[in-house]
Amino acid sequence: MERLSIHDPPPAAAQQSQQQPPQQQQQNLGPASMVTQGPPQLPPQMFTTAAQLLDLTDKKLVLVLRDGRKLVGVLRSWDQFANLVLQDTVERLYAGSLYADIPRGIFIVRGENVLLLGEIDLDREDDVPPNIQQAPFEEVYALKKKEDSERQTSDKKRHGNLQKLGFEAEHSGETLLF
Amino acid sequence: MLFFSFFKTLTNQTVTIELKNDIRIRGTLKSVDQYLNIKLDDVDVLDLDKYPHLSSVKNMFIRGSVVRYVMLPRSEVDVGLLEDATRREAANQAGKAR
Repeated sequence: MERLSIHDPPPAAAQQSQQQPPQQQQQNLGPASMVTQGPPQLPPQMFTTAAQLLDLTDKKLVLVLRDGRKLVGVLRSWDQFANLVLQDTVERLYAGSLYADIPRGIFIVRGENVLLLGEIDLDREDDVPPNIQQAPFEEVYALKKKEDSERQTSDKKRHGNLQKLGFEAEHSGETLLF
Repeated sequence: MLFFSFFKTLTNQTVTIELKNDIRIRGTLKSVDQYLNIKLDDVDVLDLDKYPHLSSVKNMFIRGSVVRYVMLPRSEVDVGLLEDATRREAANQAGKAR
């Protein structure tokens, strides 16, 4: 699936109907008529979560979670909800201009907590931005805690101000950090 | 399914995605799926200084649920066609409900 390109012929219709449940096919019918007027399309099996994650399997990735954690590890398994298994995972803590690595091991991550998965360019992996330095974990952790509490205070203040104006803060129901 | 089909027509275009945590990422749209999860190639993170963890990332998978905006090249969007498709989809939905 990785090597499929726009020049490949679409799969035979018979093959397709075997793969897809009939209901799903029916749903595809409406909008598909719009698609056929455009340029040639990639085969439909390219457009599944599975196909997207297949390319990333066994690669070194950075996984950013909804709570702001950054995990660096090798993607070993996944499913259609983007539930993930990462091996040899290292948690990377960033604070100010410092970072620290904490070895963690194997992670099974529930899909809803995934923000993004980035493939690390192994050629550029060691080019840490010049303004960032590695530091001992304790130091980075202390700095991060301080930064987090400062951000919490300012977020609270902003939230309060917005509420006075009649706005509900954007994602007040869930935490989303970076 | 309309926006799924719509994004499929935009594959290989350069788009800018803003996430709900304010990160903006420009890249080539490689793939999209039914949840509007998006795969980007040759990514370029705007304001990279603030997000050092993305500095050596070349392509990424973004979960659809954390996307706030997708900024598209104006020339690649056929608004008329999209309007038609929207009406057709709405008509289909109304037909189903009856």
